[in-house]
Parts: sequence; C-alpha cells; structure tokens
Amino acid sequence: MTGIINYGAGNIFSLTAALDRLKIPYGMISKPEDFDQYDRYIIPGVGHAGAAMKKLNETGLVPIIKNLSKPVLGICVGMQLLTDFSEEGDSVLTGITPVKTLLFREDLKLKVPHMGWNRVKQETNNPLFKGMAPASYFYFVHSYFIEFNPTFTIASADYGLKFSAAIQKQNFYGVQFHPEKSGEAGETLLKNFSKI
Amino acid sequence: MVSKRIIPCLDVKEGRTVKGVNFVDLRDAGDPVELAWQYSQQGADELVFLDITATHERRKTMVELVKAVARNVNIPFTIGGGINEIADADILLNSGADKISINSAAVRNPGLIDELAAAFGKQFVVIAVDTRYHDGKNLVHLNGGRIATEIETKNWIKEAEERGAGEILLTSMDHDGTKNGFDNPLLKKINDAVSIPLIASGGAGSMQHFTDVFQQSNVDAALAASVFHYGEIRIPDLKKELRNNNILVRD
Repeated sequence: MTGIINYGAGNIFSLTAALDRLKIPYGMISKPEDFDQYDRYIIPGVGHAGAAMKKLNETGLVPIIKNLSKPVLGICVGMQLLTDFSEEGDSVLTGITPVKTLLFREDLKLKVPHMGWNRVKQETNNPLFKGMAPASYFYFVHSYFIEFNPTFTIASADYGLKFSAAIQKQNFYGVQFHPEKSGEAGETLLKNFSKI
Repeated sequence: MVSKRIIPCLDVKEGRTVKGVNFVDLRDAGDPVELAWQYSQQGADELVFLDITATHERRKTMVELVKAVARNVNIPFTIGGGINEIADADILLNSGADKISINSAAVRNPGLIDELAAAFGKQFVVIAVDTRYHDGKNLVHLNGGRIATEIETKNWIKEAEERGAGEILLTSMDHDGTKNGFDNPLLKKINDAVSIPLIASGGAGSMQHFTDVFQQSNVDAALAASVFHYGEIRIPDLKKELRNNNILVRD
C-alpha cells in the first residue's frame, strides 16, 4: 500500500482521485509511526519549494524520509524537495539527491511557467517508464527545473534547455510532471510505481 | 518543446452544461463530467469550465462539479466564474482544480491577483480578459462583456502578469460567435508583450482557424466551445491537420 506524505502542500485530491481510478490502495502519513504501514511512499507538492520545505520540516518527518529504504516518488515540488537546493527563495532542501533546482532564466526567452504537454525522453531503461513509448507526452507546470545530471536523470525534457523530467537515486524517484494529470501515460507511470 | 494545447470550453449552470451538445455517444449531453471525459478521450489537452450559476448555492455546486471532474478525468482543467476571494480559490484547489480563472473580480480588485499568486502559486491563477475594439482601442469588458471599461487590454494584461498571473485567457468579443477565425493581430500583439502562456479564445469556426492562430500569433493554446460541442470539428482530425501544418501537438 502507498503512503502519501501529508504535509499540507495542497491539491492531494487530484492524486488520490487518480489512485482511486487505478485501484491503487493508499493512506495518509502525518506522523512517524505511520510509515511502517506502507510499502512505498509518495511526496506530493505544489507551489513554492521553500514554503513546501518549511512545511515538511515542521512535520518533523524529514530525518525519517531521508532514511527510507522503500520506494519513494516525489511529484513536481515533491521531486524538487529531494534535491540539495532551489533557487526559489534560495531554499535548502533535503539533499537526498545531489542536484540543484534552478529557475528558467529570462535569457532563454521562454514563457514561464513551463505549462503544458511536453515529450519526456527516457535516458535509461527504468521500470517507472515500463510499457511506454520512448518519448511520451506528460503534463508539466513549473517555473523551476532540476538540472540535467548524467547519473541521476532517468528521463529528460527539453524547454530551451535539457532538464530532468525524472530522477532516481537508489529507492528515491522524482518526476517533474504531474502523472495524475498526464492522461494514460501518467496512469501507466503511477501503476509502474505501485509495482516497484 | 512544449506542444500547442487544444482546449474545449464548457459553460455550466447548476452543475449542467448549458450550450447544446450534439455528440452521438453521450448518454447525457447535459452532464459536464461525461462530456469532459469524452473530450479527454478524444485528445483534448486541457478543459475549461465556466460556471454561470447565479444562485447563492453556487459555491457548493462548483465544488461538487470540480470534485466530480477531478475524480473522472485525467487531464488538467480550469474552473472560472464568480471567484471573488481567497476562500473560493482555496476550496476549489482542494477539490482538485488545477487552475482558477478570474475575470471581473480581478479588474475590480487587482490586489486579488497578488494574493492568489502568493497563496497558491502563479500556476494556479489564470486571468481571463474579455476585450472589444472601440475607437481605435481594445478595451477590457466586465460581467461577461456587458460592462465596458476605459482600461486598455494590453495594459491590463501586463499589469496582471506583473501581479502574478500564471496564464492569460483572452477572448475577443468582436470575434466570439462569428466563426470567422481568431483575432490573430491582437493575439500576436499580446503574445509578443507577455512572458506567460496565452490562450486564444473567440471566433473558431474551422480547422484552418486553429492553424492560422498558431502560425500567425504563436499563442500557446486555443480554446473553443460550439465547434467542438456540435461535432463540427473533431479533436483527432484537428490535431492531424495541425500536425500536417508542422504545428507541434500532443499525440
């Protein structure tokens, strides 16, 4: 069963609705004792990475999250929380994955937020993307991105530059796009995560 | 790169779709959730619901609609209509809405844009603008277009962007309902002036009009209602046509 880390970062409804549609059982985690009931975890998140990190710190769950050995999936800002640092508010994050979260800079001459459907190119043969076309479309909405890293980036997207659409470090996975809003491809990804 | 989005717009009142719908496969053409699901299956990239409910129960009906859509549909959607304060937005976010659209309330109280962006992030805040050409100027109109203002459309959109709008939905009232095509010169002018996504609305009558709006104004998305509801344009055909014209759209 999947445990959703519930730290008040908004719009969990869409995620739980997607899990309901897919008949993936889940529950909520809000205190340390809750972790043992689950065999995998999702860290959701929207809005400001620094504000989200502050909320997560306030739960007191961060030391436990860092030591988890079961699969963890961070979604959007939940993924960014897995990195060292975000330029959004110059925020120090969990540091689980040694990469940085950066702003799409003005000199790229792009619309920010990066909002809409973009192709996600698989960089490795990762079980998260099992059964999907090599460059499926996923729905993104974000102003900050995780830098491309040859070790940790498992899928990339291109928006003025190549960035991390998905990362993995050991049992920690993160996706910048919203699988719960990404049509069939997103549903396949959530199903895949439920079997990792 | 990010693909161009095709967005059907559904007008709802008391939880039912208002504009006539002429789909063959629908069990209940008035059910916005079933219609939304059909559009998602056809390849719509996103949906917009405009709630024109007038009763004091409106917030409750909006929340029920948003929850039902979020439960059943796997693409993003925006809800608009009568959102006046942070509390309205908060309950819609927590019911599964990806974005809210604000129109007249933002013009009357521009500080609302700052408050919403600070509370929920820019990506949640769509500013809808109804504009009509008058004496050499494009002027912002309120209350579904019934009230003219003296505010120049481009100036207002720039202000909305600076205050924290994450996206602009621009409807040309001169083109809306004509089926003669989008207002491409105006859309290009606005698109060149902003660095947030712009959705074109008003005037879609044929597939060529969608090609034209993307090629001539480079907007990020195009919205339409009746051509989709009456089955005059099928989304898979439209996307094929756009692809044939080298416009990047989702498969």
